[in-house]
Amino acid sequence: MTETPTGAIPARELIRLSAADLANRLAAGEVTSVEATQAYLDRIADVDGGERGVNAFLHVNAEEALAVAAEVDAIRATGGEAAGALHELAGVPIAIKDLIVTVGQPTTAGSKILEGWHSPYDATVIKRIRAAKMPILGKTNLDEFAMGSSTEHSAYGPTRNPWDLDRIPGGSGGGSAAAVAAFEAPLALGTDTGGSIRQPGAVTGTVGVKPTYGSVSRYGAIAMASSLDQIGPVSRTVLDSALLHQVIGGHDPFDSTSLPEPLADLVAAARMGNVEGMRIGIIKELHGEGYQPGVENRFNESLDLLRNAGATIVEVSCPNFQYALGAYYLIMPSEASSNLAKFDGVRFGLRVLPEDPPLTIERVMAATRASGFGDEVKRRIILGTYALSAGYYDAYYGSAQKVRTLVQRDFDAAFEQADVLISPTAPTTAFRLGEKLDDPLAMYLNDVATIPANLAGVPGLSLPGGLADEDGLPVGIQLLAPAREDARLYRVGAVLESLLEQSWGGPMLDRAPALASTADSVDSSAVTAAPNHGGSL
Amino acid sequence: MSDATLSFEEAMEKYDPVLGFEVHVELNTKTKMFSSAPNVFGDEPNTNVNEVDLGLPGVLPVVNRAAIESSIKIGLALNCSIAESCTFARKQYFYPDTPKNFQTSQYEDPIAFDGYLDIELSDGTVFRVEIERAHMEEDAGKLTHMGGAAGRIQGADYSLVDYNRSGVPLVEIVTKPIEGAGSRAPELAKAYVAAVREIVKNLGVSDAKMERGNVRCDANVSLRPYGRERFGTRSETKNVNSLRAVEHAVRYEIQRHAAVLESGELIVQETRHWHQDTRTTTSGRPKSDADDYRYFPEPDLVPVVASREWVEELRATLPEPPAERRKRLQADWGYSDLEFRDVVNAGVMDEIEETITAGATASVARKWWMGEIVGRAKNADVDPGQLGVQPATIVELSRMVDGGKINNKMAAAVLDGVLAGEGTPEEIVAARGLAVVSDDGPLLEAIDAALAAQPDVADKIRGGKIQAIGAIVGGVMKATRGQADAGRVRELILAKLGVEG
Repeated sequence: MTETPTGAIPARELIRLSAADLANRLAAGEVTSVEATQAYLDRIADVDGGERGVNAFLHVNAEEALAVAAEVDAIRATGGEAAGALHELAGVPIAIKDLIVTVGQPTTAGSKILEGWHSPYDATVIKRIRAAKMPILGKTNLDEFAMGSSTEHSAYGPTRNPWDLDRIPGGSGGGSAAAVAAFEAPLALGTDTGGSIRQPGAVTGTVGVKPTYGSVSRYGAIAMASSLDQIGPVSRTVLDSALLHQVIGGHDPFDSTSLPEPLADLVAAARMGNVEGMRIGIIKELHGEGYQPGVENRFNESLDLLRNAGATIVEVSCPNFQYALGAYYLIMPSEASSNLAKFDGVRFGLRVLPEDPPLTIERVMAATRASGFGDEVKRRIILGTYALSAGYYDAYYGSAQKVRTLVQRDFDAAFEQADVLISPTAPTTAFRLGEKLDDPLAMYLNDVATIPANLAGVPGLSLPGGLADEDGLPVGIQLLAPAREDARLYRVGAVLESLLEQSWGGPMLDRAPALASTADSVDSSAVTAAPNHGGSL
Repeated sequence: MSDATLSFEEAMEKYDPVLGFEVHVELNTKTKMFSSAPNVFGDEPNTNVNEVDLGLPGVLPVVNRAAIESSIKIGLALNCSIAESCTFARKQYFYPDTPKNFQTSQYEDPIAFDGYLDIELSDGTVFRVEIERAHMEEDAGKLTHMGGAAGRIQGADYSLVDYNRSGVPLVEIVTKPIEGAGSRAPELAKAYVAAVREIVKNLGVSDAKMERGNVRCDANVSLRPYGRERFGTRSETKNVNSLRAVEHAVRYEIQRHAAVLESGELIVQETRHWHQDTRTTTSGRPKSDADDYRYFPEPDLVPVVASREWVEELRATLPEPPAERRKRLQADWGYSDLEFRDVVNAGVMDEIEETITAGATASVARKWWMGEIVGRAKNADVDPGQLGVQPATIVELSRMVDGGKINNKMAAAVLDGVLAGEGTPEEIVAARGLAVVSDDGPLLEAIDAALAAQPDVADKIRGGKIQAIGAIVGGVMKATRGQADAGRVRELILAKLGVEG
């Protein structure tokens, strides 16, 4: 039996370890998976609930998570071949965006229409996570059906940004990002249709990756826009995202759009440690006007660091990106209007009967959808239905697809001049809860820098780039690479992360205000006051 | 209330019919079009389903390669071009038999297009039907409406849905407008659907049983005054599921359209429901070319690529074309041209082939199908193949007759018993106490009685008018309640009267 020095690492330190670090310590027997999993469950109990809790989790899966953890610990304790065959991340807990179906836990998609629904099958990524024996901590909050940029459109209440509980954590994957930022999980899965992994990563000071379209199976991710959706990792370090991407990625015969070739060695790329001679392209259209000055300053600092590390910074132009947001808001709602047609009360989920007769099938479907869907979902279904209608198809959906081709060509041209492209992930830092709820267009503009990657299917990574001068809130730096070249993101991202952390003297999340335990009396002033960080951050 | 109709002859005098057909063929692949669930007919409801067929959240389709092969084979047999690359689209409408509330189908680029089929009519002429396209899609679930009227969703108390059929691979074969058939339109309609059924059956890509819905026909009919180029407004009669019904439905719609036009009214563009019992159609739902299904390319599937090498490989596996097969069968069976054409027109060629395979001679098979079964099917208003006669039954009956156990008249009665579900021929013969009287003793007594009863006839026979013997044979058969072997009776009578047969 391996000796496990129980309690050798205090829980408050245990939860702050990176996934890679935790994995090493699990393998070395310094800590058990049950200890780590319990520490995270305690943290969730501590900060997630209550009136001013983070509300990152919609469902906590304590029993099963601990059982998986105990199984890993038992295998490790036995040693031998079985222990040797354990996956590198075995025993490292993970949180799952509640858009991804899981056997044994509810899946709501953040919607009332799926309240209480249990999937009879696991998503492919969940099968792979189970095969790696990673304890699943639970399901995280999101904008309903992933439609939003703030997690305020969840039917189960908004998630709060751990940096400032009165601010949004981004969206749609605000739950996964906030869970990782608040040390409620070391890793999480998100989905990214127009920025739903990267933008929450940017505003919560975490790492989020949208892989190449087809790099990770979509089977079991409840579809918003099939041609744009992609599952990806959420973590606190670039290496951790690479480790998780390696678990979930690769061909899946259940997803026809999944790429046939094997995944590149992303972890090796994250460990490469140099960017010398790489050409890094600034996209002219994705910074400057419309971007918060503090965001722009942090962006420029990252460019300096990369230049000093031996990369060549070039400027590229992607003139059609100005039409990307418009095209996205036609293609995405069109596909969503179709993908969401199945939620009709006939086979699963909510069923609402009309108040007055007659009780016809059409009226049951209508009453179910009227009461089960929230306003943003209805808005997009109506937009998409309109855009696909006879007589409008060519002008809307057809034109948008042409723009999509132009955006892809812009990327092709840009990647002739640069190996990796760089931009701020989002034009602003986290805004206040409620600030943009009544202004859909302002909300949509949050994704202006992330959407082009989804339209072109290319991979994108967001990593913490420091804190904005004016509000002390996290700024995200986005890296983009050609399709199938996800490895470049991890290589450049890990180098930039390391250079930034050297300049700050430690991880950015160390500067996040400590969250008050919900068990304590809440002193909101302690967490909402702008932290006094130096301008160099 | 039923619609007014004009007589078919009058309708034909005044109007030129234009036809069009959409024939849906269910493929007999092992699994479904987009999922790994079994494609099996007749199992317990909702057992051959998985999360994909139920359209559960998160599922994705994967195209069945075997279904593509079958579709290409159908396309080739219909003399179509095969698309090098084609895509799927979503046809969107809310209906509870469609789990995703859209059907994954092909829209702009079908896998097969621009073909034709030469149809031989009963007068021996060949009519070419142009095929516009054959495209792949998935079947819907099956709804059963309980309570209310006429098994329709409107007014039903509740409806049951069986998703076993959901996702079964379909190929929809669409003709171009068929002009110039004139009064042969109903016959052509039946012959066309029969030809399509024959093709998919011979290809082995479908079980091709119309009564199970393996082959389903929507028949479009419109009329225009002779000489006018523009088509009239059409009606689309849905789910006409037997060859006879196709013929009758087209005939009825021609008569109905003619009556409407004669009265100065306009034809409503709509779907029609076919009623087998009254051989009429009733109004379904309005259908216009502006029906908005909001088609758009299926984003969950990549294009289907059919390399030329693959297509040629499949072409090499095609069985002999129907026309050649007919020539071969006619030669093998030794039927005259007229006999063979009658067999084809009666729609029993495949049945005769199966019966011969089961052990009957070609002439016995033809005698049974053409002489006994076709008439019964007509009375029952079904296609002969749908009557339920098994080839083995015919072989057994024929052996009993050959063995002198029963005679032909008894055999026909036994067949009725088999169709009524009374058991096997042997069981029925035993249960009814049927047996040919082969003991000459009772026969001779009956012959003596019959000759005594008709002395004038006996004299005629003695005088050489042997054809008069029928009256005496008839008397004997009557006396033995049909259980005598008529041939033996004849011999005995002639012997008795000392006349050479």
